[in-house]
Amino acid sequence: MTDTLAIARDLILSPHGLSETDIEQALSLLSMPDVDLADIYFQHSRLESWALEDGIVKEGAFSIEKGVGLRAVSGEKTGFAYSDDIDRRHLMEAARAASSIVRAGQGRHIAVKAAARTAPLYTFDDPLRSLERETKIDILRRVDAEARKQDPRVTQVMVSLVAAHEVVLIAAGDGCLSADIRPLVRLNVSVIAEHNGRREQGGSGGGARDLLPFLLDGDRCLEFAREAVHQALVNLDAVPAPAGTMTVVLGPGWPGVLLHEAVGHGLEGDFNRKGSSAFAGRIGERVASELCTVVDDGAMPGRRGSLSIDDEGTPTQRTVLIENGILKGYLQDRLNARLMGVAPTGNGRRESYAHLPMPRMTNTYMLAGQTDPAEIIASVDKGLYAVNFGGGQVDITSGKFVFSASEAYLIENGKIGRPVKGATLIGNGPEVLTRVTLVGNDLQLDKGVGVCGKEGQSVPVGVGQPTLRVEQLTVGGTA
Amino acid sequence: MKTAPDSYENKVLDPNMLEQQAFIQQVVEDLLKEARRLGADAAEAAASQDAGLSVNVRLGELETVEYTRDNNLGITVYFGKRKGSANTSDLSPQAIRETVGAACDIARYTTDDPYSGLADAGLMAVDPPDLDLYHPWPIDPAAAAEMAMRCEEAGRGYDARIHNSEGASLNTVAGIHVYGNSQGFIGGYPSSRHSLSCALIGRDDSGMQRDYWYGTARDPSRLTPAEEIGVTAAQRTLARLGARRLPTQSAPVIFRADVAPSLLRTFVGAIRGGALYRRASFLLDMLDRQIFPSFVRIHENPLLRGGLSSSPFDNEGVATSAKNLVSDGILRSYVLDSYSARKLGMQTTANAGGVHNLAIESGERGLSDLVREMDRGLVVTEMMGQGVNRVTGDFSRGAAGFWVEGGEIAYPVEEITIAGNLRDIFMGLSAVGNDTDIPGSVRTGSWLIDQMTIAGD
Repeated sequence: MTDTLAIARDLILSPHGLSETDIEQALSLLSMPDVDLADIYFQHSRLESWALEDGIVKEGAFSIEKGVGLRAVSGEKTGFAYSDDIDRRHLMEAARAASSIVRAGQGRHIAVKAAARTAPLYTFDDPLRSLERETKIDILRRVDAEARKQDPRVTQVMVSLVAAHEVVLIAAGDGCLSADIRPLVRLNVSVIAEHNGRREQGGSGGGARDLLPFLLDGDRCLEFAREAVHQALVNLDAVPAPAGTMTVVLGPGWPGVLLHEAVGHGLEGDFNRKGSSAFAGRIGERVASELCTVVDDGAMPGRRGSLSIDDEGTPTQRTVLIENGILKGYLQDRLNARLMGVAPTGNGRRESYAHLPMPRMTNTYMLAGQTDPAEIIASVDKGLYAVNFGGGQVDITSGKFVFSASEAYLIENGKIGRPVKGATLIGNGPEVLTRVTLVGNDLQLDKGVGVCGKEGQSVPVGVGQPTLRVEQLTVGGTA
Repeated sequence: MKTAPDSYENKVLDPNMLEQQAFIQQVVEDLLKEARRLGADAAEAAASQDAGLSVNVRLGELETVEYTRDNNLGITVYFGKRKGSANTSDLSPQAIRETVGAACDIARYTTDDPYSGLADAGLMAVDPPDLDLYHPWPIDPAAAAEMAMRCEEAGRGYDARIHNSEGASLNTVAGIHVYGNSQGFIGGYPSSRHSLSCALIGRDDSGMQRDYWYGTARDPSRLTPAEEIGVTAAQRTLARLGARRLPTQSAPVIFRADVAPSLLRTFVGAIRGGALYRRASFLLDMLDRQIFPSFVRIHENPLLRGGLSSSPFDNEGVATSAKNLVSDGILRSYVLDSYSARKLGMQTTANAGGVHNLAIESGERGLSDLVREMDRGLVVTEMMGQGVNRVTGDFSRGAAGFWVEGGEIAYPVEEITIAGNLRDIFMGLSAVGNDTDIPGSVRTGSWLIDQMTIAGD
């Protein structure tokens, strides 16, 4: 097994003249008598992106983000400081600033040691160097050509390619050092199609914690181009969506954004500790039909939402949130787990060294059921079949959530009918899964483009689900 | 070269602001010099340095103290008509060399684009005015926590149904931003921004609701009083308790002033150069045509003194000035940077980076007058989700608010959607209120729209 810790030390500590003694000293400054939890988070990220439009490679950009964030927690109080400069002076200044929330005293001496190793879920190789630049450019051109050749009604094609390499080194309050080397690649394609004066858009994309050749496997990137065009062309024919409450069949994969919004956020430990979630205090209660089992799994190899260890050094795991309809557990970081008297679940995540960690989702999905998806559609007399979505949002206190369909069809007499324009679907998180009456045997995970925002911090996530039949969802059309 | 001034003790009020500005200006000059040395035909660079303090309290106790400190520098180089960009958070001389090198390297692989390049030299803001944007706040964490606690306490004490809180938070940030390009333009200015916010949770037999309120200003002395913010947050939360659903129907809709800025931003998104040259806008080819009723005037004023979104020049150094986007209901100007302007065969409108201090001319009546005029319909006080299609103008979003009967607010509503097409929504604007007292950089009163589809039960 590769020693990620040694790589992280060489990249982050040595070039800035830092040693383990400096980390010990900073941890000691953080660990004032009243401090229950402290950590130091070093980050070194590189990102390269390319964008094609009008058939030419218009933009390329490279960025480096590096810095260190230090935290001292006492009870429910947190002190936090960070620096873009990774050196001894800034490290000690930030440590003093972060621990200033508690009364000054004699800091404990903390001896630094390597944490128990966790098997990495992805390669430590650098995605930025995983293909020649010429090949990266060639991917953009091939995707553009594939989209344009699908249909003459395609008037605009925009393709973007992003590769990121992030190295983190975490010193926990007990002196345990752990590191993670995180690759992330993504390709997005969006198209505009125009016909008889009507214009529509379509989009697709995918990615993984992997190297750029992932996008070439089985011509995956060309499939994204075809999907984007398909969506735009479908929408050119779309009629207004219906308005009102009706039966909705949700397709497999990305429509799992339903789970992310309707239940995932409401089960994050911070909201439940504070009693601000509509799910607070409901462990053991029925919150879904018995067909529904929902998990959050950060330990899936190579997925966009996966992490070998979370941003507090805790190994990720598969956490059952809902089992056969019964609420089982919350997603926890260290602070909230400690205050709630439970174990952390490896869901402590932060956007960067300049942000505080909090409980976040990783890959959230519903397990497969028994029913053939074709039977699910055939079972509906009149309703909506939604196969693709844009984003969603939730009010965790009232439980109300929305998610917006970008490709949807009417179902009439058990058959898929005309495409309808995008519409927002709205429901109540603690209720909606109780109205799931059929669960398909076709579990799919999304293609790897999800971004979750919470309190101003964005992190990559995954979702997934099998085909679902949901009764009485409100569809926000105009017809 | 000096190192950046930094110390956690004096970060908020930096007595050496001029020294810091000189340092950031030097960083930009070094970036441009390095680009020239590497053979770039043209280059533009921006750098910024901000420092601040963020303090959260919850249920009367200190929750977090965050010292923020952000550096950023970015460079775009042009080799002929090919371009490359790079940025970093590291302002050291070594990082400057590496970053410029990376941008130049990228430019070897991009394609000639006849429309790329800097904005015209003649448009630069040669003598940018001082817009009074810098009022740092030397507040320490204890005083910040005390103020946030007063805010939260006023809200929690307002009514017994406010049983919980997500806390109150005070944020203050001040810093320097400098932009320069290889045509000899370099300009920069310091600015500050402070905010105080509070989010409260209320409960009754019907369930829990949460709402918030905030104030924000360049100058801390102009911040809304802490107690007022707390009480407003409490009132907004209480007003939502007991919310019901509505039957599916068509009805008039009022977008209350605090949600109306979202419609104005969507409008601006549709007249941005990038959306227009891609033909990805529902307002394509609408310049000089009627898109709102004739009483409507929408304008921006980048040079507003002390304005939250004021800026003497845009992200390309082009001098900004006040202008109408819409007057007499007619679209008078797009929102362009130099690239999209060249693509469209037009001239930049000094909007690289966006619009500044957007406003719609307010009417003479208040919200309660609009409610009376509407008689029966929906007042929207919250919108959820991203259901806006910029290409077609199709709009479908989650909503919460109040149902109006007989010209009076009858009860709160939630778990509904509102839908329509933005072209119809804009033309269906029948009045703008004078209730413009909302926080933020967009100035608008409430909007009364003649009809939209509401989906519910």
